[in-house]
Amino acid sequence: MDALDRKLLRDFARLWAQFLAIALVLAAGVAIMLMSLGMSRSLEDTRDTYYERNRFADVFADVRSAPRSMLDAIGAIEGVTIAEARVTTRATLSIADKTGTTVAHFASLPESGELMLNVPILRSGRWPDPLSTSEVLLNEPFAEANGLRPGDGFTANINGAERELTVAGLALSPEFIYTIGPGNLVPDNEDFGIVWMPERALSGLLGRTGAFDNLAIMLRPGFRAEPVIEELDRLLEPYGSWGAHDRDTQTSHSFVEGEITQLQVLAYVLPPIFLGITVFLVNMVMGRIVKLERTEIGLLKALGYSKLTIAMHYVLLAGLVAAVGVGLGWIAGSWLSYGLARLYAQFFDFPYLVYNVSWWPYVASGLIGFAAASAGAVNAAMKAASLSPATAMQPPAPPRYERNWFDRAMVALRLSQPSMMIVRSIVRWPLRAAFSVLGMALAVSILVASNFFPDALDEIIDTAFWQSNRQHAMLYFNNAVPETALEEARRLPGVVQAEGQQYFSAILRHEHREKQTPIEARRPDADLSRVVDTDGQIINAPPDGIMLSERLAEQLGLGVGDLVEIEFLGSQQGTYEIPVTRLVTQYFGLGAYMDQETLDRMFQQAPQVSVINLTLDASQRDAFEAALSDVPMLAGSMMMDENRRSFEDTISQNVLVTTTTYLLLGALITFGVAYNGARIQLSERARELASLRILGFTRGEVAYILIGEIMLLAVVAQPLGWVLGWFFAKSMVEGFSSDLYAIPLILNPDTFASASLAVLAAAFASVLLVARRLGRLNLVSVMKTRE
Amino acid sequence: MNAPDRSPVFRTEGLTKVYDTGEVKVFALAGVDLELFAGEFAVLLGPSGSGKSTLLNVLGGLDSATEGHVWFRDLELTALADRGLTRFRRDHVGFVFQFYNLVPSLTARENVQLVTDVSINPMTPEEALDRVGLAHRMDHFPAEMSGGEQQRVAIARAVAKRPEVLLCDEPTGALDSKTGVQVLEVLRHVNDEMGTSTVVITHNAEIRRMAHRVIWFQDGKIVNVDVNTERVAPSEIAW
Repeated sequence: MDALDRKLLRDFARLWAQFLAIALVLAAGVAIMLMSLGMSRSLEDTRDTYYERNRFADVFADVRSAPRSMLDAIGAIEGVTIAEARVTTRATLSIADKTGTTVAHFASLPESGELMLNVPILRSGRWPDPLSTSEVLLNEPFAEANGLRPGDGFTANINGAERELTVAGLALSPEFIYTIGPGNLVPDNEDFGIVWMPERALSGLLGRTGAFDNLAIMLRPGFRAEPVIEELDRLLEPYGSWGAHDRDTQTSHSFVEGEITQLQVLAYVLPPIFLGITVFLVNMVMGRIVKLERTEIGLLKALGYSKLTIAMHYVLLAGLVAAVGVGLGWIAGSWLSYGLARLYAQFFDFPYLVYNVSWWPYVASGLIGFAAASAGAVNAAMKAASLSPATAMQPPAPPRYERNWFDRAMVALRLSQPSMMIVRSIVRWPLRAAFSVLGMALAVSILVASNFFPDALDEIIDTAFWQSNRQHAMLYFNNAVPETALEEARRLPGVVQAEGQQYFSAILRHEHREKQTPIEARRPDADLSRVVDTDGQIINAPPDGIMLSERLAEQLGLGVGDLVEIEFLGSQQGTYEIPVTRLVTQYFGLGAYMDQETLDRMFQQAPQVSVINLTLDASQRDAFEAALSDVPMLAGSMMMDENRRSFEDTISQNVLVTTTTYLLLGALITFGVAYNGARIQLSERARELASLRILGFTRGEVAYILIGEIMLLAVVAQPLGWVLGWFFAKSMVEGFSSDLYAIPLILNPDTFASASLAVLAAAFASVLLVARRLGRLNLVSVMKTRE
Repeated sequence: MNAPDRSPVFRTEGLTKVYDTGEVKVFALAGVDLELFAGEFAVLLGPSGSGKSTLLNVLGGLDSATEGHVWFRDLELTALADRGLTRFRRDHVGFVFQFYNLVPSLTARENVQLVTDVSINPMTPEEALDRVGLAHRMDHFPAEMSGGEQQRVAIARAVAKRPEVLLCDEPTGALDSKTGVQVLEVLRHVNDEMGTSTVVITHNAEIRRMAHRVIWFQDGKIVNVDVNTERVAPSEIAW
């Protein structure tokens, strides 16, 4: 081994703590990059393979009931390669020994026995006999959550008829990677399932023999969906079309897609912060090392080492730091990816493992890690290379301090000498101070941007579950039923209060924009389900127009006073121009609200309901739930407390993991910046500090100078961190907003305070580690040697 | 010219300092018995490694002894822990080193103020700088001053607290003859005017001529002590 290489390894071993602090920051960047790039790709690949192998449809359409003879015309639409008709419905299930309501989505299996599109993968058991009236396929997660195995039986209330069914097999489908029941906020495999039933039996029960109500279509590769959707809507309109749509609004697909997007956003936002700080830290530390090794560099040059050899010597030292950082990053990134894969297994139902990070994210993150460290070392390496041997052997000129207006201001403030030393050092190296401040501010901002989630969720839960939805239970019907259903609901055991609502499927249009969304018909006296804006104000639907949620209005480019064209789909059809009379700010959904009586008059219909909200006497809850399976036409029901609990459980677990991870990341940055800053100061100021000790300053008084500078920078970093954190939180809120929900930007003082406390504490701990070295300062030898 | 009184400020008994490197033991001090008196101007002479600096460091509370005892008046330094030694340095000792060790981010006045801020009965920084002839350079940073000026600031900083002893390790080692003489004059002046006991280590044998006593070191021991009957003024010294 060359002597120079040996020096390299020894320098690395000697400065291990400083290098480790940098390597940890780099490792955080590499780990996040590896996880987000690797997992987004892995998720995308797994999904695409699944879609392709099991022929996930490109376009979907729902219709009240259309004759099968339409399929020829649909198949003839330009771009359509496969059109498959299905019969679907929602029904309640009774499972032995299970209380509470269970709802399932039923879909038909063709008589030919094999589906052409959205083909389920059989996981166990066998396919149902196409001619059987009782055999069904269940989605595997639902069966597992309810302890159902092939051969087991359960009862379904389909279209008012009780039917004993037998599980023939368990399956997974690309259509239901993410399965979410009506009105639920997170998947609930125990209470919502998918049932595939032979078409003959299902359409017989629904009275739809020779007809279909759901369509799946595969397009020619690369063919646009829009013209097909338009043509479909035109063809199906006479049969009560609810509008065709592409994959983007298919629930399962949009959730998986959303997750992939989030991972990609993560890959672009966080790693650059960590890599940037790595560049700064390497630059600062290598700069100091070159300064300290001035005479050695001079000697090496005098001995005949080339500029390149010397420059590479320092670049390689940074390379060793990168090697440790990248290695740790790979380990942490693999572990994070594995954890994420387990989380996905909880939410997404794939037939194969999602965790399959390929080699290239390792290579990419590794290369970028090395590039960051090298970039940080370049400046110092160039300085080392360009030192002339004669100058290098001379001691460096002492740093020059100058008096300026700032200095005079400080003198006027009568600061103590140690305080003056702190402030002058900051002013003397403003760039270094600025980057240290920026680094710690970024740490604060990461904490602010992650800590605000719990507060936002509290607000969401309060608005969604306590302000808006005060009912204890909701009953859903497949189609609107006469208002007399309210009377029947009141007669169910334990019901205290019952109120109805009706939903209309519609397409809203304004200029060139359109959006398909249900319109909620509301009664002005509704007390259980209320429209509440983000200020907590209760708002009634206006009798003279339509009220829109701000998000929907924004998507359509609408304001109060504009006319919106509404095309009603399904049972009540027709196109109307209705003025927007009010906007409301909401966290969930794309709400559109009209007055029930106005709509009844418009459609000349007797009052109807499609949802009934109930309050219950808690003591009779079991009797109530038992009686539900006898309610005719019931498509489903939901107990609000269960919905809330499952939302809170899912979210709180994730919030804990997320906030802990970010706390760790913030602490790593702070440690990297504060520890290295203090070490360099100690190295630069060893003489000064030793002089003060000799003059009789105590260890504490000397430590004050060391700790003071870093802590002053840390304090200055706070307001900047708050602003950056606010900015990040705002970007995250905007990035995460979807049609389903918006996260409110709730930044309470305690969010800022806890982020600041965490960073200040981490900075203080890091500096204390360095301050302990003051005890080891050899006063005599420091004073005996020339700087 | 004040002759020193005979009360000792420092007294050592069997003072030994061993540097144990594992393979060899180096006796930096091998049993030194010495008394230094109030108001005395003593010069320590001897070859490199003879133990002069080690003695100075132990007297100043910068280093600890392996064996033996050191008293500063009635205070046994060898019995003190770090906190006590810090207190002792703060209250009683002034140091001057070969490399001035000024804080580069503080002006001359502020460097002196470092000491006056924490002392019990200091002179003002202005007075201290005036005594070393630098009243006109008070607001200059170290980088703006010559070596001699910087060393005079260091002396001003050392004497500003009115210490009972001034310990100087090669105070003129980094200076040319003319500037060196200026620094010696300041030391002499402080010793005369303030009665500060002063111990100076030097390699420059000429400087011995301005001392009350000259203590010769070799191999960690005192080999000879000369008492000057006749002291010369710094201005008469040249090298």
